[in-house]
Amino acid sequence: MKDYLVLRVIAKLMIAFMLLFALYVQFHGDFGPGGGFQAGVISAAAIIFYAIIYGLPAARAVVPDWLVETMVGAGVLLYAGVGIAGLLLGGNYLDYFVLARDPVEGQHRGIFWVEMGVLITVAGVMLKIFYMFAGRGRGEDA
Amino acid sequence: MNIAGHLSYWFTIFLTIAGLYIVIARGNLVKKLVGLAIFQTSVYLLYIAPGKLIGGTAPVISEQFKLYSNPLPHVLILTAIVVGVATLALGLALVVRIKEAYGSIEEDEILKQDENPPSNPR
Amino acid sequence: MTLLMMMAVVTVVIAGRRNLFAVVILFGIYSFLMATVLVALDAVDVAMTEAAVGAGISMVLFLSALHLGRSEEMKPLHKPFLPLVVAAATGAALAYGTLWLPAFSDPEAPIHQHVARRYIAEGARETGVPNIVTAVLASYRGYDTLGEVTVVFTAGVGVIVLLRRSRRRKQGERR
Repeated sequence: MKDYLVLRVIAKLMIAFMLLFALYVQFHGDFGPGGGFQAGVISAAAIIFYAIIYGLPAARAVVPDWLVETMVGAGVLLYAGVGIAGLLLGGNYLDYFVLARDPVEGQHRGIFWVEMGVLITVAGVMLKIFYMFAGRGRGEDA
Repeated sequence: MNIAGHLSYWFTIFLTIAGLYIVIARGNLVKKLVGLAIFQTSVYLLYIAPGKLIGGTAPVISEQFKLYSNPLPHVLILTAIVVGVATLALGLALVVRIKEAYGSIEEDEILKQDENPPSNPR
Repeated sequence: MTLLMMMAVVTVVIAGRRNLFAVVILFGIYSFLMATVLVALDAVDVAMTEAAVGAGISMVLFLSALHLGRSEEMKPLHKPFLPLVVAAATGAALAYGTLWLPAFSDPEAPIHQHVARRYIAEGARETGVPNIVTAVLASYRGYDTLGEVTVVFTAGVGVIVLLRRSRRRKQGERR
């Protein structure tokens, strides 16, 4: 599909905006609709868009397999790690108010890292599932 | 019991039984998965419709608004949507493997192949 | 509610169409209509998630699976009488069960008492986050979100296990 000029130009314009919008949705999820899940799905959709236009090997060169598989596991670890941090600092598991001096600031930090963990896992899983489906019909491995 | 108050429930039930009908009445596996997804989205509607208050607004606190719709169903359904897409991905992966093993995604042909298996099993 | 009528029409058409590509595109239309209905019901977070997940990722996955399946048409069905009866009986039972539910937008409904009042009243002050849905999702009900992230992770691992090909079997090594 990269032989079509219109698709290529539009893809180059839109993918940057899509990734930026995903980051906006993630960080602005505190003040409006948004949050980790939506941002993860939108950023995965941007990379899938790139893979559809420029081909799967090009997308695999930009976001390689080891990176995607690391993302799948790292998000869950980050989320569980925030819980462990709550344990180590004196509260119960997944207590946020012990993470900083001011309880509300601690809630902010806890929610920030938790949403980051959700973003990483959801983006990784959606992208990995697409890679597995799209790479299946060619006889090459995941 | 007034009709207008319960209309939203009846629409939801219509969507639910439409999804159920597609799952149990059609033999194509991909179409069954589409019916299952329709069934799931109708359940989202079932949860969120009672949380709405006419005259309220989205549950984001700001000084201009006093009445907010109920945020609790939104939280539960956010989780349900993501779990739904996870189920769909696994179902489609199974359909791909079934297609490769049996050569078709029609339920009748798969059952026929199971009853008299081919000579060389995979 | 014209949107709900359109969704009902789309569902009936999905049940009838045999071309699988058309069915998947109609499912995308249905997801977008559902997202619009959710915005009308003040569920903005859920509408964004449904639009992104239902009409985005689900459609991509369906189209990828169809492309791998290489079959675009469905065989004619036979004798749909019994499923129609079962579906209609289930629908009648469900409709009978909803007769005693509270009417639409009733402020005295049990769903608005108990915990939801506390979340709306105290949520922004205790967590410092104006979006109550994010505050409840990440802070008040953090365990549920941990379980959900684990479910997503498990789905990813499941798809990897199902669709992985082993190569280099000749050298006795399995990826």
